[in-house]
Amino acid sequence: MTWDQMQELMWPATQETFQMVGVATFCTVLLGLPLGVLLVLTSKGGALQNQPVNKVLGAVVNVARSLPFIILMIALISFTRWLTGNSLGWQAATVPLTVGAIPFFARLVETSVREVDRGLIEAVQAMGGSTWTLVRKTLVPEALPGIVASVTTTIIALIGYSAMAGTVGGGGLGDLAYRYGYLRFETTFMWIIVALIAIIVTVIQLAGDLAVRRLANRGRGGGRTRLLRPRAVTPDEDLVAS
Amino acid sequence: MPVTREGHAVAWPGRPTATIKGWQVRIPLVKRCAEPPTVIGRAVDADARPRPTEIVVITTTDLTKVYRSRGREVTALAGVDLHVRPGEVYGVVGTSGAGKSTLIRCVNMLERPTSGTVSVDGVELTALSGGENRAGRELREARRRIGMVFQHFNLLASRTVQQNVELPLEIIGLDRTQRRRKAAELLDLVGLGDKARSYPNQLSGGQKQRVGIARALAGDPKVLLSDEATSALDPETTRSILKLLRDLNQQLGLTVLLITHEMDVIKSVCDSAALMRGGRVVESGELADLLAKPGSELARELFPLSEFGTGHAGTTVLEITFQGDTSAQPFVSQLARTYQIDINILGAAVETISGRMVGRMRVELAGSHQDNVVPIGYLREQGLQVDVLGAVNGVVA
Repeated sequence: MTWDQMQELMWPATQETFQMVGVATFCTVLLGLPLGVLLVLTSKGGALQNQPVNKVLGAVVNVARSLPFIILMIALISFTRWLTGNSLGWQAATVPLTVGAIPFFARLVETSVREVDRGLIEAVQAMGGSTWTLVRKTLVPEALPGIVASVTTTIIALIGYSAMAGTVGGGGLGDLAYRYGYLRFETTFMWIIVALIAIIVTVIQLAGDLAVRRLANRGRGGGRTRLLRPRAVTPDEDLVAS
Repeated sequence: MPVTREGHAVAWPGRPTATIKGWQVRIPLVKRCAEPPTVIGRAVDADARPRPTEIVVITTTDLTKVYRSRGREVTALAGVDLHVRPGEVYGVVGTSGAGKSTLIRCVNMLERPTSGTVSVDGVELTALSGGENRAGRELREARRRIGMVFQHFNLLASRTVQQNVELPLEIIGLDRTQRRRKAAELLDLVGLGDKARSYPNQLSGGQKQRVGIARALAGDPKVLLSDEATSALDPETTRSILKLLRDLNQQLGLTVLLITHEMDVIKSVCDSAALMRGGRVVESGELADLLAKPGSELARELFPLSEFGTGHAGTTVLEITFQGDTSAQPFVSQLARTYQIDINILGAAVETISGRMVGRMRVELAGSHQDNVVPIGYLREQGLQVDVLGAVNGVVA
């Protein structure tokens, strides 16, 4: 295979991967974030304490997480067809990707939200805030660094899952590496694709880490200043030190 | 409410009162409250000192709280009656585990009491619905008028100082411009007008607590609850925060209920205090009264003389407490001259407690108690409070 041939195959595949992962991430955050918050709220001592609901949600999440993705994808074919009107292509692949990623993401969100200081929750309750205020103005904003880290982890997991999307004709980089590299013995091409995936994953991880650091460092000077030059002591820090 | 700090004004618009058998009572406004009227003070006081008719802003009646976990029961509150009058700074002091933290958290229903009632500013909170973690609408609205400051400040790290102060205003439902104006006012009030755009992480402990106080005042509360607000601060910062609380109390007529384990806090800001032990209030009252009360445990804690000498055999040891004007009298030399007796001063201290000069002196007179009845009578005539600690070997009673 020549480089031109490779490129011709690689760019559409990269695009497919981004589309699949992008749409799936969006839907996962949309549905998984409320689920994760709900897991915390319904647990013991939570604002909406409800053991039966908590147990059922927990069980659903656990079962969904223990299903191998490839099985989940095949099991969901009819659901996918009902939802998207098609069971093939990258659009169809986003459905099982989303369903597979929601429980994973919800657990990560649950862990981050649970770490919000109980004192903050009490402060909002003492102000007369409702549960919705608590979620919107305290739990989610305070857990945001953790939630962003969870999104990063989820995107990377989705890139991994998307390699299996080829089974339903989803396309994407993973599928390309499998079909050309593995089935047609184009080992060089396979490694090039693997390297490309690695670069994409690394860039996403770095971007995610940077975002987390900036969020976590709110009020300690922006992240970039600290990365590029030694930290100058600001008057505020003088006060803290004294 | 038209109530001065001294509690002179008794008018409480819309609150009907009546006199039943010599007791001034308030007729409860809330109809569903199926209780007899709350006794709020005696119309004719038996004490020699007349005092203004008492009205209260925070009342707890026979409050109990029992924690149950895995079959074990822990009683945190065992029947607490607390009466906080409008405009006063009321301190609850006690060692950790005495139940004071549970008590203050019961006042705004962060903890639901097991039994008993809590009323704040005329609203019986215990009658309002809602669990510990999920309050009903009425309880949420009542809480908006009760400010609370915390030991660990509990500021949101994701918001700037100004946004933190705006949070309760968002809950109340003010629009952006009103919120901004109010937050700026409050920050000026606590002396942090220039820190509006900082994040809590950039502030020192004292500054964080000032933000906490500004936030607590956002809903224009009548009552401020302070849960060990100065316990995480160094002594100097503690003093400045206490001074701020005192100023707010005087400027805004704000009633402050604070809990602390430090006697110094009580000494420097409180008008009244309660001592808690084992889930009960052991002693309570106005500081000035407590100091004048013989054998008061709180007074002894506030003003310890234990390190002073306890006298010799065959002598009488007196503890003389003097307040305000009487401290200016040279009563020791007068006593010595009038009765031609020798007075051995074992120890003395003068302190300012809730804005009043209070002194205590331990002296030793030769001879038994009987020998010294006349000089003791003389001292009492001068308006001094005299406790005879014991003749012979002078053991502290």
